Amino acid sequence: MATVIFSSELQRITGEEKTTVDAKSYRELIDSLTSHYAKLDADTLMAMAVAIDGEIIHDPLLESVDPNSEVHFLYRISGG
Amino acid sequence: MSEAREFKYVGTRSIRPDGFDKVTGRANYAADLDLPGMIWGRILRSPHAHARITRLDTTRAEALPGVMGVATFKDFPAVSTEEFQSGEGSTALNDLARNILADDKVLYHGHAVCAIAATSEALAEQALDLIDIEYDVLPPVMDVADAMKDDAPLLHEDMFTEGLEEKPSKPSNIALRFELKKGDIEQGFKEADLVIEREFYTPTVHQGYIEPHACTVRYDNAGTSMVYCSTQGHFDVRAATAKLLDMELGKIKVVPSEIGGGFGGKTTIYLEPVAMILSQKSGRPVKMVMDRDEVFMASGPGSATRNWVKIGAKKDGTLVAMQARLCYEAGAFPGSPMRPGVMTVFTPYDIENAFVEGYDVVVNKPKVAAYRAPGAPQSEFACEMLINEIARELDMDPIDLRLKNAAREGTQTLYGPKLKKVGLVECLEAVKASDHYRSALKENQGRGVAAGFWFNIGGPSSVSINMNPDGTAILIEGNPDIGGSRASMQLMAAETLQLPLDDVKPLVGDTDVLAYSGATGGSRTTFATGMATIQAAEDIVRQFKERAASTWNVTPEQVEYANGTVTNTAGDDSMTVAEICAGADRTGGHISGRGNINARGAGPSFAVHLADVECDAETGRCWVVRYTACQDAGKAIHPSYVEGQYQGGAAQGIGWALNEEYIYNEDGRLENPGFLDYRIPLASDLPMIETIIVEVPNDFHPFGVRGVGESGIIPPLAAVGDAVAGAAKINVTELPLSPPRVLKAIAEGASA
Repeated sequence: MATVIFSSELQRITGEEKTTVDAKSYRELIDSLTSHYAKLDADTLMAMAVAIDGEIIHDPLLESVDPNSEVHFLYRISGG
Repeated sequence: MSEAREFKYVGTRSIRPDGFDKVTGRANYAADLDLPGMIWGRILRSPHAHARITRLDTTRAEALPGVMGVATFKDFPAVSTEEFQSGEGSTALNDLARNILADDKVLYHGHAVCAIAATSEALAEQALDLIDIEYDVLPPVMDVADAMKDDAPLLHEDMFTEGLEEKPSKPSNIALRFELKKGDIEQGFKEADLVIEREFYTPTVHQGYIEPHACTVRYDNAGTSMVYCSTQGHFDVRAATAKLLDMELGKIKVVPSEIGGGFGGKTTIYLEPVAMILSQKSGRPVKMVMDRDEVFMASGPGSATRNWVKIGAKKDGTLVAMQARLCYEAGAFPGSPMRPGVMTVFTPYDIENAFVEGYDVVVNKPKVAAYRAPGAPQSEFACEMLINEIARELDMDPIDLRLKNAAREGTQTLYGPKLKKVGLVECLEAVKASDHYRSALKENQGRGVAAGFWFNIGGPSSVSINMNPDGTAILIEGNPDIGGSRASMQLMAAETLQLPLDDVKPLVGDTDVLAYSGATGGSRTTFATGMATIQAAEDIVRQFKERAASTWNVTPEQVEYANGTVTNTAGDDSMTVAEICAGADRTGGHISGRGNINARGAGPSFAVHLADVECDAETGRCWVVRYTACQDAGKAIHPSYVEGQYQGGAAQGIGWALNEEYIYNEDGRLENPGFLDYRIPLASDLPMIETIIVEVPNDFHPFGVRGVGESGIIPPLAAVGDAVAGAAKINVTELPLSPPRVLKAIAEGASA
């Protein structure tokens, strides 16, 4: 089961700091989270970047998730 | 990259491929293109910081012989609130339009109101004087603290703060609240033996690129319209122009000129859609070039901030709690780099308990743009000043304090993920071991040290390499070369192709010749476009083997490639690359390789800087006498360019710390829109900036690259700030440390 750790802003929606998800891919992860948390919509999550095991991915649509992965959602980073 | 490897070209200080054209004046910048029949566009700008436009009549101007077109906000055909993604993040499309040409209100001194095209620049200027315009002047809001007050005049009556638990009932100048937290901040402070808190101010600053914004645009009703301009991201110029003007993306070609500096400030657009409208109306190509005062008044500077930071530490130096409240000016429209400021402020430290809240606030100044590590210099300045104060209070060496608490591989960041392999500890140790750190200070001198963190990013990059029949290669990248990308792509391609460096000719391609590439920014180009380059070169090497295999009637696996020659391991045949390419039309056609990637795995870059400053207590003038910039490059592809990035970042940060600020009068008019009064450091103002390149490889890049364009501007603010505090014996909480501010602080200290 992958562990998803929510930022303090997402915690307002989820009501908890983290959860475990049985998902093999990013898409399964999103489906699982949005079905578990009624107020969490897919658009909100998919507008964010994701960090899977410390690696920040801006466009994670096709990413796989390992059973022991640690997942964070974070705002997209740009730069100058 | 798993282990150290030997390189032939990577890591060498090759002659830069763009150098000859630049030093001989042959390079073409944005203002250098003239087209047959071309006319000139000029812009009428607001003299007020905040006003409602009550009358705008261009009749008299249009009647002037030689005037061929007028553009106002009403010429934008389709402007929605859609968020538009560009190099500097996302911007609401209607805000982008209203920044380019004001709608019913002007929101800062210099805000563009109306544009006129005429047969000469002088005539266009003359026509601007014939525009009849009247304003209802409104009170301006010029400081983030004032703008956040409940009774502050509103810039946008329809703007409600986002990021709150409940939608507010009243509009506000606060566009967004954002927070991050970790652990238990209250418990953390209870465990502290020492707690210090301060509020710091950083001013509005400009990137200070030498080349002004400029473009030449030719609208084509039937075919492809052309935009020639100075930009960090020509694909984003194309997308923004198409969106704003409801044009087909594929019918706009954007050609990037040589670029005379950007530093983040050329990741958005100002003139290009206006010139397109004027060209469409006049049927002529239109050139527009900003004057220097227009660049200062109306392009995007870096945010001014008021940042409060509180840090708790144990007697042994262990940091136990870090808290901040960060308030960023966005300028006239939402979108300051507050979020990255929040995300980076404490990242150099492995801290259990942290809480940071940030506010994005509109004021009557130009909409801010990205500026190297956008948002990080301001927030990390506040943190680093306090870290140095804690070191003094605890009688600890400031580098030892940082080493004790330094972020490293596995550190859980406040913004979420654990850090992969990073080089902060190595940078701190390198600076501590430097001759500079061991040297003694003289009278009236002070020393400051500071660290800096920036994420670095990856993103989409496209590269193609075309082999010529003589075995030489043309490399086309989609990233404007603002910091040496042609040189570094050439080195990485030559390394992978195993061809002589001079046989690889690097070019920057326009939007018609390559697939999309993200802008040059975010310290991404050497990393991401470098990976695309390596991929394209590997594609070519694969084809070399296939062509030879088909010629020798063996499998590609039986062919080896090294140093420009393929050999048949099943026989004694060999061919050079020149021979393969000369005969390519007989083995399947001529050879090209491509790399189209969305790069991931960018490696953060930490920097540590050391500044010695001397102060003249009579005049308040402070100047840098010795400076060392150390940073983790992962792998320095071209060490001279890497050192140049370190030195450039340091110079800009020193200017931010000592001199640079937008000065507005009480009416909100900018009083120093020029390099004479807005003084960036000159070569004669600075000592030679010493550099230390640390190389802790990024395992996600084939050669170990991290990216070095941004972290180097973060530490100078606190390194110089703390050095001035020591040299002048003052408390430093505000930048810049210009002579009047330092004199005032000295006087207040003396009277205290």
